[in-house]
Amino acid sequence: MRLLIIEDDRESADYLMKAFREAGHVADHAADGEEGLALADSGDYNVLVVDRMLPKRDGLSLIGELREKGDQTPVLILSALGQVDDRIRGLRAGGDDYLPKPYSFAELLARVEVLSRRTGGPAEETTYRVGDLELDRLSHRVVRGQDELTLQPREFRLLEYLMKHAGQVVTRTMLLENVWDYHFDPQTNVIDVHISRLRSKIDKGQEKPLLHTIRGAGYMIRDGVR
Amino acid sequence: MTAFGKLIRTTAFRLTLAYLFLFALFAAFLLGFFAWNTRRMVTEQITETVNAETTELDDEFARGGLRGLVYAIENRALRPGANLYLVTSTTGQAIAGNVGSLAPGVMGQLGWNETVYRRLDEQASNDHRALVKVSDVPGGLRLLVGRDLEERRRLFMIVASAAQFSVLVVIVLGLAGGVFVARRVLRRIDAMTGTAQRIMAGNLSERLPVGRSGDEIDRLADNLNAMLERIEALMSGLKEVSDNIAHDLKTPLTRLRNRSEEALASAKNESEYRAALERTIEESDGLIRTFNALLMIARAESGQARDNMTNFDAADVAAGIQDLYEPLAEDKGLILRATAAETPVHGNRELISQALANLVENAIKYGPPNMAAKGPTAGPDISIEARRDGERILLSVADRGPGIPEADRQRAIERFVRLEASRTQPGSGLGLSLASAVATLHGGELHLDDNKPGLKVTISIPVAPLAAGTASRSRETGLVNEAPAVEHRMA
Repeated sequence: MRLLIIEDDRESADYLMKAFREAGHVADHAADGEEGLALADSGDYNVLVVDRMLPKRDGLSLIGELREKGDQTPVLILSALGQVDDRIRGLRAGGDDYLPKPYSFAELLARVEVLSRRTGGPAEETTYRVGDLELDRLSHRVVRGQDELTLQPREFRLLEYLMKHAGQVVTRTMLLENVWDYHFDPQTNVIDVHISRLRSKIDKGQEKPLLHTIRGAGYMIRDGVR
Repeated sequence: MTAFGKLIRTTAFRLTLAYLFLFALFAAFLLGFFAWNTRRMVTEQITETVNAETTELDDEFARGGLRGLVYAIENRALRPGANLYLVTSTTGQAIAGNVGSLAPGVMGQLGWNETVYRRLDEQASNDHRALVKVSDVPGGLRLLVGRDLEERRRLFMIVASAAQFSVLVVIVLGLAGGVFVARRVLRRIDAMTGTAQRIMAGNLSERLPVGRSGDEIDRLADNLNAMLERIEALMSGLKEVSDNIAHDLKTPLTRLRNRSEEALASAKNESEYRAALERTIEESDGLIRTFNALLMIARAESGQARDNMTNFDAADVAAGIQDLYEPLAEDKGLILRATAAETPVHGNRELISQALANLVENAIKYGPPNMAAKGPTAGPDISIEARRDGERILLSVADRGPGIPEADRQRAIERFVRLEASRTQPGSGLGLSLASAVATLHGGELHLDDNKPGLKVTISIPVAPLAAGTASRSRETGLVNEAPAVEHRMA
């Protein structure tokens, strides 16, 4: 995956470049809004990671400019302004995701990977399949091997989201945002409890577990071991 | 600036000078007017006397001729304090009278005149002034009757010296008064300035001196003191908040630092380092959460979050939060249930959800299961309720935990307050303050009540303005009251 990081803080930028490279991605860096816009125009990137406050041209206006030109490259906005209103403003300006600072790199990586998969990925399928687990989005049926599983509506939505991003790390906040549509930080491990319930339904008694916990990052549903 | 320079620069002193000038002017005018009037009165009196005597002497002449006239004059001239009399012949020769000499030409001029004269019996050369009237007497004679002006001069002198004296007294008294008043005011202002400087130097508990006179300076001092009182209260509130922030941010920061230090000092292998780093990250995540909660409260309190207000049904929020937390509650052996009727509100959905989530988290944390009361018919341990009471929407979370004693309820809403009983529990202690700030943002308030047993926290906010009209209609048909509550209960 090719990434463009537009971030004016040298140290953060270096850290991100290094971390993305270690995760197996190619990352370019621009230190201000104008340079970022020029690079985004010329290069072919899968995802842009844009700091909201940049010298010369701020992040939101940069995204607006790109979208005006018809550039639909997914953009993740990084910002010190972490409140709900700021997030909404960022998404309205054309951003695809919004991550408040300070963030964990695992969270950023998971979100960037999900964003990159969106472009050119398979269109909304009606059936998701991971190993012998099958989820039918139309009939709301979930089958593991030969057994049909009975899931609560929210368990179904949770599994649906995980399977949509099968093979990708999905963080707790991503689940909270996408399955429950909440953007606050719960002080407790609510998501873990939901996951463990779901896990007990789909993986219990199975030889090969599908729902994996990725330490320090979140969860992933995938066939086979890591 | 010298003390004198300071003194004469005072408003009081300058005002005194201005008044002094005015009063001196007024005194001078008054005395001048008095002197002039006195002079006029004396002159009138003299004129009358002289006129009367002239007439009398004319009569004497008519009755007794020249002899009679001379006789009358000699007679009158002998009286003590007599007027001036002189009769001259056509040639200007003195015939009778008590006037020794006159300014030349006086007798040649008929009518009134002011002149220098000397009496016959006087030797000294000191001349006096007199007001005289010269008239014709039949037979070519001239009669002069006059009166000395010494009296008038003396009177005038008295008045003039009185004027000088009084102006002098006015000036001296005025200056002294001015200095006195100015010094008094200056002393008080200096005292106030001194206090103000000490306050500026950081001693906020100082107060300005207030006298007993209740004058404008005292009133000013009183008002400034009230202002200082308010500022001090605000400052101490701010200090309390920052102390609390310091405590609740510094405690985890200290833990974080200690753990890192300990890991550096004693970790022996990679897995120990890893564990230490993981705990560090956990701790900093907690810090970030506390920080975010603080920011959120600040924003809600300052009204900045008013941008994203929409109309929605609070029942959905209650159901959503129940859906999110029900498994967690069950893991702790608690039953979480939501009861929701149609409750239209206009507000920030995210913030209301978060407030409710905080309350539920608190209930799960602080409201342990009431095992004794649990039976087959037992109600929920924690219940979320959304209902409408007239023009208010009530969103409440009730638990069956230890509750909060009535005396502590107000304090519990304050930031960072974790009642002693719960100090050991994790959490930022901001849940109730956030809920309170959110309620305030929506024009409502937060109530803490006794759930007998347990705590019931209620966010009370106004019903959505648009729904207010439809409400009365639905109340008529009894829809709101009789509609069965939707129960979300997951086994």
